Amino acid sequence: MRDLDLVVEPGEAVGIAGPNGSGKTTLIRTAATLVSTHRGSLEVLGHDAETRDLVATRRAIGMIGHQPTLIPELTLIENLNHVARLAGVDVARIPRALEVVGLSGASDRRAEACSFGMKRRVEIAHLLLTRPQLLLLDEAASGLDESARDLIEALVGSVRQRGGGCIVVSHDRAQLTQLCSRVASLADGRLEKSR
Amino acid sequence: MRFWKQALEIARVDLTVEGRIGSTLRITLPFAVVALMVFPLALDLQLVLVSTIGIGVFWALGILFGMQVALRQSATDTRERRDLQALLGVDPAARFVGRLISGGVLMSGFLFIVLLAMVVLFDPAVPDGGWPVLIISTFLVAIGLTELGTLAGEVTAGLSNRTVLASLIVAPLALPLIIGASQSVGALSRDTGILPWILLLIASDLALAVAGVALAQPLEEATR
Repeated sequence: MRDLDLVVEPGEAVGIAGPNGSGKTTLIRTAATLVSTHRGSLEVLGHDAETRDLVATRRAIGMIGHQPTLIPELTLIENLNHVARLAGVDVARIPRALEVVGLSGASDRRAEACSFGMKRRVEIAHLLLTRPQLLLLDEAASGLDESARDLIEALVGSVRQRGGGCIVVSHDRAQLTQLCSRVASLADGRLEKSR
Repeated sequence: MRFWKQALEIARVDLTVEGRIGSTLRITLPFAVVALMVFPLALDLQLVLVSTIGIGVFWALGILFGMQVALRQSATDTRERRDLQALLGVDPAARFVGRLISGGVLMSGFLFIVLLAMVVLFDPAVPDGGWPVLIISTFLVAIGLTELGTLAGEVTAGLSNRTVLASLIVAPLALPLIIGASQSVGALSRDTGILPWILLLIASDLALAVAGVALAQPLEEATR
């Protein structure tokens, strides 16, 4: 990425569109503090992302990336239990989160036996549990049915409502326009324009 | 408190997954036992000779196959899962300790079953008072190998061919463990002191544990 200057204000959702290889995923991973910036500066939720102690900052970030993060050998509810215990979230909230994403009846199914769409719904449930302040979505709605897309829209809405920020990356400009307060284009690592 | 909760949760899930996949018990362990069974063929079926050198055979095969157990995590540890753990606020040192706990349980179980198979198949010659020393050494080797495997997995995280690279890191660093283990029982036969060799194993385990915990955070940042 070069000459990239992006600020996401509280309550704002910024959409990033761009062709394959333009740097969208790198941008998302950098904003998640998972990739170091070689030059320039990155501030996430008021903290300098180049500091060593990022544990607290990262805990306030939620991300859905290209690949599902579920452990295939665990059931859906076990995956959510694992996430909740690591994040220090009350596991009593898991049944409700599963209900919201429409997976109450499949909670005992192993992740390896679930469709891509079901895994995505579990990841949405995970974000309902951890309630991130910064939400990063990398093609999160790709390949999902309409009701799952609605869940993502509701997730973005809830983060914005509580004053958090969102960066949504997608090929689907129409979807970005619907979800986000502004949309920018990324091409060859440069942010080209903003609406 | 949060540190130990995270470490124990990682260990719990790791053991649950292992229980369902069974890569150690169903794949590596049978191969190790088969290797033990065919070993006499290399010595022209001289079972007395096998019995005499039996403990050495145990260490050679146990450590060789044990390295596979130690490195199993680096083969299944995906970038997505590491990213998730980072974003859940998992302390890298807690992840190291969690993997150490689950890996230590698996490795100890693995080495003791191989030892049992060795005893049943070849009745190896063990000097008087050698069994407690052998059991203690086996446990210390199990911990050391697990630490090495976990540390190598962290060092090579995010690299292509990481399993090969991790093996290259583990092999030379396992030398103090191999020497300490074989010499501790051998010292009993020679009627010399075993303490230096047990201390070598303990010192190796402690050094690796300290290195693993201290380097966990810098290694995670270095692989960003």
